[in-house]
Amino acid sequence: METIIEPKMPKVWRKETKPHKFCPGCGHPLVLKVLGEAIEELEIQERTVFGCDIGCSLLAWDFFNVDSVQTHHGRTTPVITGIKRANSNLIGIAYMGDGGGYAIGSQHLVNAAARNEKITVILVNNTIYAMTGGQMAPTTLPNQKTETSPYGREIEATGYPTLGPEMVSAITQEGAYIARGTVANLRQLKKFIKNALENQVNGNGFSFVEALSLCPTNWRTNAEETWKFVEDEMTKYFKVGELKTPGKKEEA
Amino acid sequence: MVTKPIEGEKRAFMTGNEVVAWAALAAGADIMYGYPITPQNEIMHYWIRLAPKYDKNFLQTEDEISAGFTCVGGVMAGKKAFTATAGPGNILMQESMTMAEMMRIPTVLVVCQRGGPSTATVIYSQQEVTLTCFGGNGEGFRIVYSTSGQQDLFDYTIKAFNTAWKYRFPTFVLGDGYQAKMRESVTIYDPEVRGIKMIEPEPFVGKAGMPALDRDPAHYRNTYNLEEELYEVVTAMAKEFEQIAPELVEYQEFETEDCEVLILAHGVVSRAVRGAVEALRAQGIKAGHFRPITLRPFPAEQLKQTVQKAKKVLVVESAVGQLEKIIKQSTYGVTTPMTNYFRPGEGITVEEVVEEVVEEVKKLV
Repeated sequence: METIIEPKMPKVWRKETKPHKFCPGCGHPLVLKVLGEAIEELEIQERTVFGCDIGCSLLAWDFFNVDSVQTHHGRTTPVITGIKRANSNLIGIAYMGDGGGYAIGSQHLVNAAARNEKITVILVNNTIYAMTGGQMAPTTLPNQKTETSPYGREIEATGYPTLGPEMVSAITQEGAYIARGTVANLRQLKKFIKNALENQVNGNGFSFVEALSLCPTNWRTNAEETWKFVEDEMTKYFKVGELKTPGKKEEA
Repeated sequence: MVTKPIEGEKRAFMTGNEVVAWAALAAGADIMYGYPITPQNEIMHYWIRLAPKYDKNFLQTEDEISAGFTCVGGVMAGKKAFTATAGPGNILMQESMTMAEMMRIPTVLVVCQRGGPSTATVIYSQQEVTLTCFGGNGEGFRIVYSTSGQQDLFDYTIKAFNTAWKYRFPTFVLGDGYQAKMRESVTIYDPEVRGIKMIEPEPFVGKAGMPALDRDPAHYRNTYNLEEELYEVVTAMAKEFEQIAPELVEYQEFETEDCEVLILAHGVVSRAVRGAVEALRAQGIKAGHFRPITLRPFPAEQLKQTVQKAKKVLVVESAVGQLEKIIKQSTYGVTTPMTNYFRPGEGITVEEVVEEVVEEVKKLV
């Protein structure tokens, strides 16, 4: 008799909306899976509010069995801030891409971090504007080809890629938690996300995790090249690790 | 610790901005999200001074985009949240208000119009009518009350909270720099003593119970994948907005029964026009005045009937035809001749209106 083994998914995984709507090979579902596990393990499903941007992250609007709100490019941080300020018992997660967090919504990220808003921001960095068709993002690597940098990103003309966690680390005070993980190391990424959420549960302060992620569709890469890019190329510029933990000062 | 901010009824001598802060308190508002811009700043100043006494909250955001979106978040969390702005800030807040429109979030936004376009003046105009009524992408399904003074500001700010929560469309109180900054007598009151029952807010997210076990998770979005899907959503919203419009429209008429010259104006200009009607009547000119209070939805049917009775219509506004545009659209098919007196960014006096009408009457003979 044929046995079907169902993969173990967290309770917050909303089966009704699966299979999910992300492209095959996308990094979002990996980040979301560990986020779901972290929510379950911390037993915060009942009071979690998940917010996402326009862009690929919007496809997560009904991903979980948690209350969700999908808002505009870059505006997830203020929406979650507004929710948290109105009801401090809730656990607010602002989930966005690199465009939403570092370009159009950067003033919100910077100011929420500076105000030490007690929310958790999870930012998925795939070095590109993916849903709009692969344009250059603040995180596009030097010489990387995109639709708006067809000959490769020229640093002279467009500057260096944004180092988000480093920036947030520089402007936050005690109580903040800041880390950069990668979908190439999911156990570690899960630990960072769990730490970030726990930081909010403990009422310490702003918590921020950048997750290095994949976009084989817009990168136009096969499986091997995709993983090579995220594991080797991206980590040369974007260092993985914890940058700030509550109680401790900055770690290199 | 918390007592009622206003017991019974009281006479006060206040600026419009102060009135709005007291009205929001009286209406049971919980939290204001705000960003400074003249001429609405003192709404925020008074609110933040009063807030700790009544267990209320305030957040000064990094910009108006954030003030609008944090306000939406506050409402979603189940609080009576509100914000206020003007001019360029009103432009930035349209983004969040369109989201509130799509998600049917009961936001309250007080606008104190300043001059435009762009930075223009920080003083006064009626140039934010189009923006407030129809700003943002979409169809502008929202409710806009145009106030004419301190009493209106108090009454309609309170009303805006109930309208927003009852109908779940973004609700705007459209004042202006003159009302914001001038002081005049006003009766402030606890809504209860006037028999006004304030609607209790309820959370959109974070309701009791485990999502998917005790209740469905709340999933709010303003993105739709298919044309057909969006068509259904917007068509249903349009139908509902049309259905509730008759319950919402408000207007005032002065001496319109036998009027030959009908003067149309809204907001603070309406007060000059009322004065002008009295003066003109004293001169034997049969003038009358129609004042729309809701600019959106607009009292189109009522206006149409009154316009048909007159021989001549004069539109008076401190803008270049923003009100006139709505009037013309609303009175389509009516042939009564219509002229206008536009003073963009300037106040309008009784004398100016009288003079203008006398000129127009000469042309009638």
